[in-house]
Amino acid sequence: MSFQSIIKIMSEYYPMLLRGAGITLLISIVGTVIGFVIGLLVGTIRTIPIPRNRIKAFILKIVNVVFSIYIEIFRGTPMIVQAMVIYYGSALAFGIDMDRIFAAILIVSINTGAYMAEIVRGGISSIDKGQFEAAQAIGMNHFQTMTNIILPQLIRNILPATGNEFVINIKDTSVLNVISVTELFFQTKSIAGNNFKYFETFFVASIFYFVMTFTVTRILRFCEMKIDGPENYTINIEDISVNKSEKLLPRVKDTSVKQY
Amino acid sequence: MEKIIEIKHLNKSFGNHEVLKDINFSVNKGEVVCIIGSSGSGKSTLLRCINLLEVPSGGEIIYKGENILDDNHDICLYRKNLGMVFQQFNLFNNHDVLGNCMVGQRKVLNRSKEEAENISMKYLKVVDMDKYINAKPKQLSGGQKQRVAIARSLSMEPDVILFDEPTSALDPEMVGEVLKVMNELAKTGLTMIIVTHEMEFAKDVADRIVFMDKGVIAEEGTPDKIFNNPSKERTREFLRRVI
Repeated sequence: MSFQSIIKIMSEYYPMLLRGAGITLLISIVGTVIGFVIGLLVGTIRTIPIPRNRIKAFILKIVNVVFSIYIEIFRGTPMIVQAMVIYYGSALAFGIDMDRIFAAILIVSINTGAYMAEIVRGGISSIDKGQFEAAQAIGMNHFQTMTNIILPQLIRNILPATGNEFVINIKDTSVLNVISVTELFFQTKSIAGNNFKYFETFFVASIFYFVMTFTVTRILRFCEMKIDGPENYTINIEDISVNKSEKLLPRVKDTSVKQY
Repeated sequence: MEKIIEIKHLNKSFGNHEVLKDINFSVNKGEVVCIIGSSGSGKSTLLRCINLLEVPSGGEIIYKGENILDDNHDICLYRKNLGMVFQQFNLFNNHDVLGNCMVGQRKVLNRSKEEAENISMKYLKVVDMDKYINAKPKQLSGGQKQRVAIARSLSMEPDVILFDEPTSALDPEMVGEVLKVMNELAKTGLTMIIVTHEMEFAKDVADRIVFMDKGVIAEEGTPDKIFNNPSKERTREFLRRVI
């Protein structure tokens, strides 16, 4: 091993490595985003309180069972096996010749979705019950409560966990080389197969992976700070008048002011 | 007097524990009713049953001639006519002070942004929190939060506001500022149902006092009657201890 050979691999094979890294990023970004959406939907539906209407309650129960099966299966089997089963299974059973990138994104999405659904469910149950009650007391229905009050807080709370999933996805897309997706690991393997410099080539690949994951975590941290907003607030001084309430609301009962 | 809310034979149990037993009472328009009683007597549960945060096990709640416990009654439609102020404030953490007052008006009442803003500002001025419209709930003190919560309820311009021990989570210095606001509101003819442990305040603002004990209404009447001349031994005993 030498420093020169690493430089040489970088300069010689960088188009291939970059293309591989690009595919890895594409799969993990799209997969995480779709998985996040799946997780939000599934997690939100799973936390709907049981409706008073019998028929609605029954439908909800069926849906919840289906979601539970989905989550258990996709959390309980390795992604590498899921990739094989879905990719070759769809070809065998339905005669579909799936595009490899499409298959990769599909697998990562539904896999991430299963994890995110549980993260969302945990996130929702960690939000103070008072937030739901205040929204309901104001007259919001479940959907309005979710979109206006709960989900904005939830998304902030689960952002670190989502970042985790994202980083895991960047690394775990490497298992998709089993269905010949030309992501970074697959490219690295091809290069190493050519030049027989396994250590140096994979060392370069590890640098690529690290740069990607590190950048992503920094960006997400920045997003968290953006959502949190400024530390301080500005005082709004339009008009300062003493005892405003007395002028603003007409009194119909007695007029004495009592101090407590 | 026009009855706004009438409660008939209301029951509530958690499992086999009966919290409310055959509650009958009504609230007239413009009336201020204070519910007092020791902890665990069912005061808060009664209040939460009124806007269905707890679903009653039996009985009727009549609002404007309709029983809202009917299966086909739209709960959201009913709730927007009822304000609620919580012991733990429950301001929406993802909104600033102005947003807290506006979100209900915009989404539930479908008011325009401008209208919602004007109404919010009006009521934030009433509670003297108009200077803090940009602040997030976590940046406010307890008393300030509760005043914003009151403005949030007022912004919906409800028929009745329910107060669930609004000062119990505040330290003594902040209790005053909240009670002052509530005292002002009581004088404007707003219908209020207040669960409170502040006896002095109850004596002052209430048109009627309801004393609850062990899930039933033990005694009710004017503040003068309840505080100066209670007819039941249990009421006397409770008042002796708290005053």
